[in-house]
Amino acid sequence: MTVTASTASGQLFLWPLVALSLVGCAASANAAGSQSDFETAYAAADAAEQEAGHLRNRWTVTETALAGARKAAGEGDFDRARDMAREAEALAKASVFQAKSEKEAWKNLEIR
Amino acid sequence: MRSWQVFWPISILPAIAALMVLSVPQAFADDPPDPAAEAKAFRDYFIHKFSDVKLENFVNGPYSLNEGMRRQWQEIEQFPPYEFSLEKGKELFARPFTNGKNYGDCFPNHGIGIRQNYPYFDTKAGEVVTLELALNDCRKANGEPAISYLGDDMAALTAYMAFTSRGKPFDIKIPDDPRALDAYRNGKRYFYTRRGQLNFSCATCHVQYPGERLRAEVLAPALGILNAMPIYRSEWGSMGTISRRFATCNSQTRGVPLEPQSQEYRDLEYYLSYVSNGLPISGPGARP
Repeated sequence: MTVTASTASGQLFLWPLVALSLVGCAASANAAGSQSDFETAYAAADAAEQEAGHLRNRWTVTETALAGARKAAGEGDFDRARDMAREAEALAKASVFQAKSEKEAWKNLEIR
Repeated sequence: MRSWQVFWPISILPAIAALMVLSVPQAFADDPPDPAAEAKAFRDYFIHKFSDVKLENFVNGPYSLNEGMRRQWQEIEQFPPYEFSLEKGKELFARPFTNGKNYGDCFPNHGIGIRQNYPYFDTKAGEVVTLELALNDCRKANGEPAISYLGDDMAALTAYMAFTSRGKPFDIKIPDDPRALDAYRNGKRYFYTRRGQLNFSCATCHVQYPGERLRAEVLAPALGILNAMPIYRSEWGSMGTISRRFATCNSQTRGVPLEPQSQEYRDLEYYLSYVSNGLPISGPGARP
């Protein structure tokens, strides 16, 4: 195959477009991955917070973290949303632990 | 560092849980409560802790423990900040409902001088009835919409009713009904249970540290703490009901407050009022 000057320059012209589209695809895949990660993290946090609610022991900071996660997701910042959801899950699990341990531990404080 | 890590290093939580469970004597878990003996122990604890405070003065909260604050309060009481609410409460209490009746028609002695008997355990309904709940029940029974348990009108109404009972000793009864004893026990459990991210119980502040400062505030003793309700709080800039006080306490520990007049809060009020039996009603009160 003979490479003419015009086809060579055309190929050179196409390279940046190819590169850009590859970057775009990668970014899109990352965004999709982050959204999926967020959704998984949020579902876990929400489940833990529901358990805390069932135990009548929700924490304000958990609610704040969950709201922050929803807000970040709404703005398309799924990395931040995922991180906040994970923090909310940790907080919710700590409140569940507190409620369960206090079922007996409260007696240690009682005046007798 | 994330905020929760300050208070709850997750890796050691199971170890703490194991210690907590092991440290509780198993026999205690099934011990039935003896409210009279427990109220005496409760009172004795504070009398011993603050041996220079007269028993009846515990109803004055931090003012009973701190000489400087007491002098300020005595000055404040000359023009008490709850006075406007008191006048409003008197007017609301007498104002007829649409059907011509008023609050007085719902209460013994037309609602005058009865604060010291609330909350009580309603053996028909099988639950604790607080004064705030009774006021809204009265409204509903007369075709009026309920008012907010956290709002100014409820604070004003209870302020007026407390004022008509000033000096009368709390006289909370636990009827011979296992459900009443359960309500007392539930209230006690709530009082001592740690909650919120700060891991505080009601008792942390009001049993372990009364008289100590939490930032600028001097913590009130639990003994007699409800006798002064409702209270005008300078921090709020308004009057607050018992419901508002409980909700605020929970949120201050970073716990989500329960619904006002939830069973837990009513049982807590039942317990706290019972252990202050014999101490005079001093409400409405004023606090920093």
